[in-house]
Amino acid sequence: MTCTEFIAQLDDLLEERVTVTLRADLEEHLRGCEHCVITMNTTRKTIEIYRNHEIYELPNDLRARLQKAILAKCKKC
Amino acid sequence: MPNIQTQGTEEVHPDVLLVNRAREGDVQAFEKLVKQYDRQVFRIAQHITQNREDAEDVVQDAFLKAYEKLDQFQGNSKFYTWLVRIAVNESLMRLRKRRTGRMVSIDEDVETEEGSMPRDLADWSPNPEQQYGQSELADILRKTIQGLPPGFRVVFVLRDVEGLSTEETAETLGLSVPAVKSRLLRARLQLRERLSRYFRKNKRDGGAE
Repeated sequence: MTCTEFIAQLDDLLEERVTVTLRADLEEHLRGCEHCVITMNTTRKTIEIYRNHEIYELPNDLRARLQKAILAKCKKC
Repeated sequence: MPNIQTQGTEEVHPDVLLVNRAREGDVQAFEKLVKQYDRQVFRIAQHITQNREDAEDVVQDAFLKAYEKLDQFQGNSKFYTWLVRIAVNESLMRLRKRRTGRMVSIDEDVETEEGSMPRDLADWSPNPEQQYGQSELADILRKTIQGLPPGFRVVFVLRDVEGLSTEETAETLGLSVPAVKSRLLRARLQLRERLSRYFRKNKRDGGAE
């Protein structure tokens, strides 16, 4: 398996949507390719970081104001 | 959210019950839906428009439009997915208004070759998040994702940040499943490559650059 072929399967591997046979092939490639090990680990970490950090938080006062405005408009519909 | 088991074997999502009550004029039922999803809609709108005021407008307009169109909600998809589709369209409309004369779509800039094959070989430090304070890290994450083409950014946000399935993301954006997969892979690789500038091993110790 080449690195390009490995990368093409990376998302399915991260989401554990690969067959047992394909997983074995991918793991075999990883044993001999540090580049793909790093790519896989840091891609996984990238997803985790974005999932775990709220980068656009809706402040409570703004949230309350928006909710009030939305419901006032709905009542007029 | 758990489904509610009805008398038969059919399961009804709690949102559908709220939608049904809202359709009959129960605004409090709709209020529950607003409170359930306003943070997510705001995040998606802010990611797409990159503008706080626009994101606030999108939250209002998306919920109002959803309320007005509740009769059109078929129940084939989740209410949340249906709402997100409205929010994405509203966000893209706002973005077009800001960039007058310039067409903006989720297909923009997706032909770039960047990210199709990783170049950066550097591993990250064991706990890259601990290298930075919370607000510094949030700035890095914002700056990094803002650099993605809109067509990659929206797929990454819906799929990886908001947790929609590949199929739901495809349905929401009107893309095929293979197109979503391809954009997601490239979005993830591009973000990874860009974050490596901050998180690579020994970066702060004056090491590998």
